Amino acid sequence: MSLLETRRLAKAFGANRAVDGVDFTVRAGELLALIGSNGAGKTTLVNLISGLVRADAGTIVFDGQDVTRQSIHERIEAGIARSFQLVNLFDQLSVRDNVALTIFARQGKTRHLWAVAERDGAVADEAMQVLRQFGLEPRARMAAAGLSQGERKLLDVAVAYALRPKLLFLDEPTSGVSTREKAPIMDVVTSVVRQERITAVVIEHDMDIVFTYSDRIVAMHQGGILAEGSPDEIRRNEQVTTTLIGSPPPS
Amino acid sequence: MSPAPARPGLLSRLELGGAVVAAAVLVAVPLVAAPFQTITVCYGLVFAIAALGFNLLLGYTGLLSFGHSAYFGMGAYVAAMLVKYLGWTSMEGFLVAGTIGSALMAGLFGLVCVRYTRIFFSILTLALSQVLWSLALKLFWVTGGTDGLRVPTPTLLFGSLAPTSDKMDFLAYRYYYYVLALFVVSVVVMWLIVHSPFGKALQAIRDNETRAEFVGVQVRRYRWIAFVVSGAFTGLAGTLWVPLNGLTTPDILYWPFSGRIVFFVVLGGFKTFWGPILGALAYNYLETYAVGFTVYWQLVLGVVLVLLVLTMPQGLAGTVEALVRRLRRPALT
Amino acid sequence: MDTLLIQTLNSLFYASILFLIACGLSLVYGVMRIVNMAHGNLYAFGAYVAAWVIGLVADSLHWTLLFVLLLSGAMAAAAAGAVLEPLLLRPLYKRAEEYQLLMTFGLLLILEDVMRLLWGPHPLTASALSDALASVSILGVTYPVYNLFVIVVGGMAAVGLWAFVYRTRFGVMLRATSQDMRMASALGINVKRVYVQAFTLGCLMAGLGGAVVMPISGAVLGMGVDALILAFVVVVIGGLGSLEGALVGALIVGFVRTLGITYFAEVELAVLYLIAAVVLFVRPAGLFARA
Repeated sequence: MSLLETRRLAKAFGANRAVDGVDFTVRAGELLALIGSNGAGKTTLVNLISGLVRADAGTIVFDGQDVTRQSIHERIEAGIARSFQLVNLFDQLSVRDNVALTIFARQGKTRHLWAVAERDGAVADEAMQVLRQFGLEPRARMAAAGLSQGERKLLDVAVAYALRPKLLFLDEPTSGVSTREKAPIMDVVTSVVRQERITAVVIEHDMDIVFTYSDRIVAMHQGGILAEGSPDEIRRNEQVTTTLIGSPPPS
Repeated sequence: MSPAPARPGLLSRLELGGAVVAAAVLVAVPLVAAPFQTITVCYGLVFAIAALGFNLLLGYTGLLSFGHSAYFGMGAYVAAMLVKYLGWTSMEGFLVAGTIGSALMAGLFGLVCVRYTRIFFSILTLALSQVLWSLALKLFWVTGGTDGLRVPTPTLLFGSLAPTSDKMDFLAYRYYYYVLALFVVSVVVMWLIVHSPFGKALQAIRDNETRAEFVGVQVRRYRWIAFVVSGAFTGLAGTLWVPLNGLTTPDILYWPFSGRIVFFVVLGGFKTFWGPILGALAYNYLETYAVGFTVYWQLVLGVVLVLLVLTMPQGLAGTVEALVRRLRRPALT
Repeated sequence: MDTLLIQTLNSLFYASILFLIACGLSLVYGVMRIVNMAHGNLYAFGAYVAAWVIGLVADSLHWTLLFVLLLSGAMAAAAAGAVLEPLLLRPLYKRAEEYQLLMTFGLLLILEDVMRLLWGPHPLTASALSDALASVSILGVTYPVYNLFVIVVGGMAAVGLWAFVYRTRFGVMLRATSQDMRMASALGINVKRVYVQAFTLGCLMAGLGGAVVMPISGAVLGMGVDALILAFVVVVIGGLGSLEGALVGALIVGFVRTLGITYFAEVELAVLYLIAAVVLFVRPAGLFARA
């Protein structure tokens, strides 16, 4: 069953057709990897679906409803959340408050002017629970600006996850960290996603990571979809290996 | 150096102790100081309320307004017009009407201003406040023009405390405590607001507008609410200011007054809750004594502002806080 | 018909002055991403210096030479800019934007009082200049020649600045820096120097505006901020950072002001800002938005 379907989705920036009539489907429960070289349109596709950028044409149907014209806010309420390639955090807030704020927003409590945020035990507990899942509990009281790059990447995912989305987009969760740190980050992220049965789409450049962690792969090229299939199918797909990976498939 | 810990949200023991001592000192002022000095402190408290309102935008939402004279002046003019046209004398009437009036004005101006951030926001707030100033100046048959409008000392507590014949005495005792009570209420309310989930959302907007939008905070709407709340606090201060001054003129709407509010907050430190209060009280004290020495007060202010920006961007409260933190945790640095 | 001609000339006169102020504000923003709150005071500074210099020698020089001395106002403002940018703004480029705004606001306060300190609370003027030119008759309407002179100066400034920015090597560096400061720096452009030059050029134009308006309206305390407020309307309508925008904005504001003085003097500023607000709702970055 598909959770998300785009039909002929298109977005151009001037003459550059970043996303060019894409039919993109995400099945409920899967961990999908979105691959492609720089400029293939992966991030624009995610920006369109999450609402950061408005589509020129086409439709986005999520969980049975047409969200093409909806605001970011409405899409979040529908259950779409995302993290960012370049880490986007609330730097002066504590690590815990980064997550707590998300929970307050999810519960509609950010409209409350009178309650003392720190006194909301349920939210504090849930925030700590989320941090524990991402291994960030020891950092809870530290300002987000003080985290290491790897921790910041994790917190970025944790903030999106705390929205309890049905569909979670992870825009290069391991970019900007050393090769050694990539696998541990993916281990944490995928274990949370699988445990909580969240459908997730991961944009990733590192092919080892893609083949190791994903259920299905969609490869993009020049604003369109080049191929899709299981990791094994993609690994054997010559078109993909020559255009994207640039080397023959490993035997 | 280890990264600075995020500030704990609830009152620390130090803050609580400081607040109690400060409250005790403020209660004792009229008992130990001359009426003239008490009135000086009273002005300081009024400006502190305005500064608190202003800092909800600068310190917590990341918006620098150069036009808060508009809301202060609105509070003052609403009271003055109620006296002139409706013959009102009750301070509570003024306060309710003044606060609502300035909140409405902020709501209107905010519709335009919160669509922009950074420099554009600052320009628009300044410009719109000057529109109000030019109207107060030119529509003289309504506003009294440069002569302004007189406001006699009002009755307090729903008419039960009528002004006495010795105006100075009335202002230095009864009115002082009246202002002090409202100051304490304002501090508590603002403290609650910045520590509420709403306050956290504002700080999130300040830190990262895009991400705030992507955790479900409707950025523009929240900014607008913050703008209105900020305007209402500043307007309340403006209404409280009128009886002290006995007169309101377009000067209170003119841009240098907005600059003064900015100055309070930068002097005290806009990254702390208490900074603006400290800044307003300190500024007012300095001005009262320095204006006697120099007519070039603006020059002094400008030079101090430039030096603050260059050498002490944390302001008084921020600098003190950093010192305290260093003294308390020598081992961790 | 006569009134229409006079109104049009008056509008062009206002527009010239407004363009001289607003183009510098826009130029500095375009290159440095700073809105200089003290910009209007540099305009006032130009007016004061020109009035003072001309006042010193008015009796001993032929009136034609006095016109040359108007340039002293522009030079003084430029010199002030050349000192202020490296001294007070350069240390702040890496800091949050609030601090840059606060700094220029501090400068505004300082300059306002420095002018009071130097030249006292009373207005200065040099009406010898506007008197010397008397009036001419154009299509049956008498109009002061000095005002025509100001219109010509404004027009020449617009053309000169356009040529400078789009036709010289320096202009190329200026535009490159405003497009992408880091890229410009990587290409070997001395960004520090471009900044100080752009700031100085902006102040020069403002000072020139102050100097040429002075024989008509005098050098008065508070003129700087009044001008700043109007220049804001100009750049908000035209689009901050765009020279074409500053020109079109100045013309719009010039015409509306002239109408305003005749028909709705009390709410003139309010009407101007209403127009600006409408423009902002329709085109959030102004008519000539930069990317």
